[in-house]
Amino acid sequence: MSEIFLGMPATAPRGVGNLRGDEPFPVAARRSLADAQLRRNLGHATATIRAKSAAVIDEVPDWQELREAGRAIKTDVMARLPELLAQLEVAVTAAGGTVHWAADAVEANRIVTDLVRATGSDRVMKVKSMATQEIGLNEALEAAGIEAVETDLAELIVQLGRDKPSHILVPAIHRNRAEIREIFLREMPGVDPALTDEPAILAAAARRHLRRTFLSTRVAVSGANFAVAETGTLAVVESEGNGRMCLTLPDTLITVMGIEKLVPTWADLEVFLQLLPRASTGERMNPYTSMWTGVTPGDGPQEFHLVLLDNGRSAVLADEVGRQALHCIRCSACLNVCPVYERTGGHAYGSVYPGPIGAVLSPQLTGVEDNASLPYASSLCGACFDACPVMIDIPSILVHLRAQHTAAYRSDHRLPSAEAVTMAAAAYTMDHRPLYEAAQRAARASRFVGRRGGGLPPPLSGWTIGRDLPQPPPQTFREWWAQR
Amino acid sequence: MTSRELILGRLRAALGATPTTPEAVARSYRPAGGAVDLDVLVHRLTDYRATVHRCSDGEVAQVVDAVLGGRRVVVPPGLPRRWLPDSVEVLTDDNLPTAEIAAADGVVTAAAVAVAETGTVILDAGVDQGRRLVTLLPDVHICVLRTDQVVAGVPDALARLGPDRPLTWISGPSATSDIELNRVEGVHGPRHLHVVIVPA
Repeated sequence: MSEIFLGMPATAPRGVGNLRGDEPFPVAARRSLADAQLRRNLGHATATIRAKSAAVIDEVPDWQELREAGRAIKTDVMARLPELLAQLEVAVTAAGGTVHWAADAVEANRIVTDLVRATGSDRVMKVKSMATQEIGLNEALEAAGIEAVETDLAELIVQLGRDKPSHILVPAIHRNRAEIREIFLREMPGVDPALTDEPAILAAAARRHLRRTFLSTRVAVSGANFAVAETGTLAVVESEGNGRMCLTLPDTLITVMGIEKLVPTWADLEVFLQLLPRASTGERMNPYTSMWTGVTPGDGPQEFHLVLLDNGRSAVLADEVGRQALHCIRCSACLNVCPVYERTGGHAYGSVYPGPIGAVLSPQLTGVEDNASLPYASSLCGACFDACPVMIDIPSILVHLRAQHTAAYRSDHRLPSAEAVTMAAAAYTMDHRPLYEAAQRAARASRFVGRRGGGLPPPLSGWTIGRDLPQPPPQTFREWWAQR
Repeated sequence: MTSRELILGRLRAALGATPTTPEAVARSYRPAGGAVDLDVLVHRLTDYRATVHRCSDGEVAQVVDAVLGGRRVVVPPGLPRRWLPDSVEVLTDDNLPTAEIAAADGVVTAAAVAVAETGTVILDAGVDQGRRLVTLLPDVHICVLRTDQVVAGVPDALARLGPDRPLTWISGPSATSDIELNRVEGVHGPRHLHVVIVPA
């Protein structure tokens, strides 16, 4: 095997993790759209957070300057990723931590499982982490006989309800308070049967339920929001205190982190700690942020492992247009402003990364052929670009991925697609005046066939499933002009 | 070949033989050094449901008495004893068992830095702040802050702090937005946060 072959950027492997859905987006979206309760829950939740976020962003006079700095820092990180990762490894090791490298989900799951086994524990507690959901860590631990307890309230709701997360920040956004109460009553051992659906009461029930777990579990698994290459410092931002519990109480802490989560210097945190809470939960600052560097004698876990995860990220980095998807700080602002997400919810995207960022990140991590419908799960309205705190140009990446998908289709099929044939015919027609005028007259005849919005006949019907066919006018502009 | 070499090789291949030189980062946002407004701090703390007390150093014990009088209170080993009234049962954390800390009613600590603009108190595990878990398990946290520890914004705070100690940034009591995205105070961390601001 040559060195060049081994060093080729690779996409995330199939058959493990949660980056691929069972069905294409339009099929899954149709089911979500028919769920009136889901749409009400999503509409209420996204409207609430949009208003909160807008209010606290308005308080900051230099929001655009912070966004620009965030974008530039992440661009720099991607350009220097190998050297910064090596620097991080040195700093974490010097501070008493152990660094592991995982090329893909399979390897990461094996590393974490082996580390947990070595402690002798058959249970781990977890802080909400997108990376561990991406690799399917809970399923891998379960297969090894290790119980994984989710401690974030929304993750707990999802886990107890045997459900799937549907939002990056609030995985149970699709559930309202009444549904959460029912899940708790059904699944939480020893819960007060008089439980009401008051959010404060539900939160108190979770507090009681998890307290014993926090105090008795010897191993925790977390993700990371940021890692500082220069110092080896890791940061986790959270609200509830479950993160602090997991980062402080156990003997062993295992952090699984995507390799793109780096910032070069300590001072760079000043940009992201201002951007993330305001864009994410719509707070000036989230209730708790923990930062730690390796192991602190006498305070917190005395054994610390950092697992650096590739799982397709090198393939994303290889695409000069698409690599900015790696700048994402998982705030989920793009979900909350997206007219598509607001109506379909997160499950329709199949991957753990839903919404606009998911539509560009998932297909790149897996290769576009494995998530071919996602680049089309957008109206290209651009609201996500405006909302992104690190200015990821999501619409441009969507168009870029659509072009990739079309090119891949062309090279895989001897016959062109119906869409390609139609577009070629349309281009020829528009290029030739007599043909174009004849086509306009023919289109007008369709006024008398069928009702408006009835759609085109097969094989062109695919185009009009999600689009209204415009009513041709009684008179064309050219005809009107000729009469003047 | 190790996975380390494999991943670094993939990343180098992804960037190409001649990686683009990164652009200089324009930092035109507000730098450290802004004016500190204590009223802003008080407003932001209160807005996120922390209780703020402003008093002299000599009156701290009265505040502690009013909040935790008659209760069991954990304190870090370096906490000034003058802040503790006779009415509280004091448990000094010289490596107390976790269960004992969890069973305490409250905790009193000092702070390292506070950020006015975000209403954030930052602990750096110094001797008057203690191990991270002492401010996590009891349900009431009283945090005594000197005015000279207050800075204007996040850049000022990071400039005063370093990576050599574990940091806990606290902005209000434990909260969640997981139920219909409404902020609800009181999940796993202390459900009551009192910030006592004393003159430097």
